[in-house]
Amino acid sequence: MGLTYQSVGIPATREMFNVKVTDNRSVIALAGNPNTGKSTLFNALTGLRQHTGNWPGKTVLQSKGSFIYKGREYTVVDLPGTYSLLANSVEEQVARDFICFAKPDTTVVVVDATCLERNLNLVLQVMEITEKVIVCVNLIDEARRKKLNVDIQKLSELLGIPAVATAACTGEGLPQLLDLISQVVCGDLKPKPKLVHYSSELENAISKLEPKIKEVLGAELNSRWVALRLLEGDKTLIESLEKFYSQEMIKATREVLA
Amino acid sequence: MAGSKTLNQLPVGSAAVVRRVNAGGIMQRRLLDLGLVPGTRVEAVGRSPLGDPIAYNIRGAVIALRQEESSLVLVELES
Ligand SMILES: Nc1nc2c(ncn2[C@@H]2O[C@H](COP(=O)(O)OP(=O)(O)OP(=O)(O)O)[C@@H](O)[C@H]2O)c(=O)[nH]1
Ligand SMILES: [Mg+2]
Repeated sequence: MGLTYQSVGIPATREMFNVKVTDNRSVIALAGNPNTGKSTLFNALTGLRQHTGNWPGKTVLQSKGSFIYKGREYTVVDLPGTYSLLANSVEEQVARDFICFAKPDTTVVVVDATCLERNLNLVLQVMEITEKVIVCVNLIDEARRKKLNVDIQKLSELLGIPAVATAACTGEGLPQLLDLISQVVCGDLKPKPKLVHYSSELENAISKLEPKIKEVLGAELNSRWVALRLLEGDKTLIESLEKFYSQEMIKATREVLA
Repeated sequence: MAGSKTLNQLPVGSAAVVRRVNAGGIMQRRLLDLGLVPGTRVEAVGRSPLGDPIAYNIRGAVIALRQEESSLVLVELES
């Protein structure tokens, strides 16, 4: 198919996000609701080694930085804060496209420990797209102050993905976060996201679509997630496919839709 | 239901519980993603100078909604 892969399996589409592609550099995305401390965490991880610019073709700010941990180099990308990844706004589209097409080696979803429930919606959405996800329960100091106790172990079990508590502004929990990131990146730790099961009607429709989507997209995108978007009538996904992939692939996706 | 209104009718400073979202399509999903699922307590916390949008506290985040959005959310006033 029209895709060119580098020998090491770095997605060819990654370069389209102004992210330098080299063999021994892993890419980490920071996702999350607005105001959960993503940029504070980004600064804590990267220090002065960062650049800002715009996302290609968008007026949304892009911050990239790097750090070295246990001899491996990491590029960190601070995604815009969003409540959803359904591409209803430029910010949501930027965040979704980065996760789908730049395929970060790990996505860290930063959530607010003081209002966990509202934040988990985005965690579930990211888990539907990629398995390589860690939940970072930030503002844990604020939660403590409000006498809220977050059971990190339980949260991790319920979601099926690694979880860690942090206070980005004091550095609490960062060593544990770095350790989880490196373990997920090198494959020592394999998150097994527990996905949402929908009504049987919807699940039937998904299983009808999935094989056809797999035929067209191969392992490029999570077929279950694509099926859900197609059923929802999400046109922005097709537009992004057009931008990132070859013509024959788009044509085939449209045929699945028809 | 005596206390039933749409969210845009909620006076600033008072709270209500979401009963239903009547938007359909992409807007339905957007409002749900903002946390407006049935059973959620919402408080109107501030009005912009022109009266639209209005800011609401939804599950711990303050979010501004326009009339055209908030009028699609059925709520029940807290007694
Ligand atoms: N107490 C406490 N405050 C924090 C913590 N992390 C971030 N903050 C504060 O929370 C506020 C928001 O942090 P940001 O890092 O800007 O949040 P963000 O997620 O990048 O926000 P958006 O980019 O708007 O989505 C700032 O005032 C930070 O200083 C934390 O762990 N504890
Ligand atoms: Mg930020």
